[in-house]
Amino acid sequence: MSNSNHHTDHATLAEKFNRDEARVNWHDETLWFIRQKRDRAAWSLGNEWEPLRETASAIKAHTLSNLSDYLQQFEKAAQQNGITVHWAADGEEHNRIVHGILAKHNATQLVKSKSMLTEECHLNDYLKEKGVEVIDTDLGERIVQLAEEHPSHIVLPCIHWKKEEIGELFHKHLGSPEGVIDPSFLTNTARVHLREKFLTRRVAITGVNFAIAETGEFVVCTNEGNADMGAHLSDVHIACMGIEKLIPKREHLGVFLRLLARSATGQPITTYSSHFKKPREGQEMHLVLVDNGRSTQLGREDFRNSLKCIRCGACFNTCPVYRRSGGHSYHTAIAGPIGSILAPNLDMRQYKDLPFASTLCGSCSNVCPVKINIHEQLYQWRQVLTEEGYQPKSKTVAMKAMAATLSKPSLFSIAGKWGRKVMGLVPGLVSNRLNPWYKQREMPAPPEQSFTEWYKQNRKGGKS
Amino acid sequence: MSSRDAILQKVKAAQPSLLPLPSIEKQPREVDAVKQFQAVLESIGGKVVFLNAEESIAEKTVALFPEAKRIVSSITAVQNYFFSDYKSLRHHSLQDVDVAIIEAQFGVAENGAVWVTEEDLKIRVLPFICEHLVAVVDSTTIVATLHEAYERIGASAYGFGAFIAGPSKTADIEQSLVLGAHGPKSMTVFLLH
Repeated sequence: MSNSNHHTDHATLAEKFNRDEARVNWHDETLWFIRQKRDRAAWSLGNEWEPLRETASAIKAHTLSNLSDYLQQFEKAAQQNGITVHWAADGEEHNRIVHGILAKHNATQLVKSKSMLTEECHLNDYLKEKGVEVIDTDLGERIVQLAEEHPSHIVLPCIHWKKEEIGELFHKHLGSPEGVIDPSFLTNTARVHLREKFLTRRVAITGVNFAIAETGEFVVCTNEGNADMGAHLSDVHIACMGIEKLIPKREHLGVFLRLLARSATGQPITTYSSHFKKPREGQEMHLVLVDNGRSTQLGREDFRNSLKCIRCGACFNTCPVYRRSGGHSYHTAIAGPIGSILAPNLDMRQYKDLPFASTLCGSCSNVCPVKINIHEQLYQWRQVLTEEGYQPKSKTVAMKAMAATLSKPSLFSIAGKWGRKVMGLVPGLVSNRLNPWYKQREMPAPPEQSFTEWYKQNRKGGKS
Repeated sequence: MSSRDAILQKVKAAQPSLLPLPSIEKQPREVDAVKQFQAVLESIGGKVVFLNAEESIAEKTVALFPEAKRIVSSITAVQNYFFSDYKSLRHHSLQDVDVAIIEAQFGVAENGAVWVTEEDLKIRVLPFICEHLVAVVDSTTIVATLHEAYERIGASAYGFGAFIAGPSKTADIEQSLVLGAHGPKSMTVFLLH
């Protein structure tokens, strides 16, 4: 699958996305619409909402502080339920385990419902190389898969696609009539196409939204019903989860399921919240527990809370940078504000730009259902990356000049005086493409005098 | 060392000292649970039909879906349509079921969901593979919130259980809501009272 985004940074990719102004505006407005739906859903719970967020956050904090015990409790319970439990230290091992199960069953085809973990591990690419055909069954994921792209949003994988383009894609791959762009018609085309896959594939992969240590069961939430269609019709069900998906007890689902869909799309609950506890009679059920950097993040005190994430995508929908730069500009499986905290943990060099792709406005932290201090962590990552020497070059030069100027009051005064003069005489010097602040902005007219000069003039009598 | 032991060791070393597990605070709700259940379910694309004890589930279903060629029920009492051969039935053969009639254990007012388990369904895929879904629920079972729902479920043993709230749906194409993504295109709840 093509991913040419690996070696470019967020700013460059965002600039590419911003060339089509009409599309950017549409993308921005669509996501803001979902953010508003989230607000209405949250308000519908009145004064229950904030305590609910507090409780969810505290349950996750507790779980993380006892994760090694809960993992073992979960493993034991799941095994008693007849589930085979596997452990993968990283993405590579996860992929090998999944392929091993397929090989044992001589399976070369499978259906997969949404799992951001398998995206993170690049499972599709891995299996393709091994000659295994993976069909993504979530409609949005199938669209981006047919287009040889990756999801641009963890909940709304093809939020960057217009129906005209989807119509064309389906005409090319699924044989729908040319020029048909009606969403109902296109959805039905995909329904017919994917139903045949559900009925013929013997192996199904699903993600996991929550796993319960107490009972050894796991919960998968979808609106389309694709996880259930795949899993219940399969001979072999493989569920893949990060180790942070654990919660202690079944009753805690009451807290998390009340928050998840309301935060994600403004629905009171997803259409299906499926609790898988035991394999169906005659079925084989596997569960792969994946670390892939999570235990490292757990050890980073400042970033530990990012593991509370329940992948609702609310921080994406509210983020002014995400809305106007698009998911692919983050060049990582999990984009947006939360992805920008998770990615540098996996690879500081590759994702050094992401904590800077934020205005630090704090809207992400305000909507987060598990109260992750996202914007503070983005700020903290900037400190870490700078200390480790990963700061983007352009910032280093400018920051050094600024630090020198700000540390000397006389230099600051002279620099300001010259700055105002130069901006007035030669506006092109700052209003050019070398100054990132000028992009999509007009520079203001320079003021006549500095505040210090104004103050001296107007407060001569010494009155204050 | 196995990956399992290595991961557990790493996690143990990285996790902070034990933090308390909070209790779940349930705020009492002064709502008409049945009324709210109906309003919420209708707002998410579902339908509610009230049924008296004398009325027949089978007849009502036929009246609502006169075009249906294949109706299947997992409720023993719905005699004409009960699939008594469910133990030997190939699950894939349910793919042409027009209407499935199932019984749910209870409903949830705040989100319009009903709770079903494998025991109720007999075949797990039944409520997902059918074109239209009818779920029969006793109106006295409707609870206010998911907290009460999990209290009710308690430690019950099931192989598979699900909350189902409305028809299968997607809005993946430009946020246009389409009912009937992979599963049922409609969901009707028969509320018994």
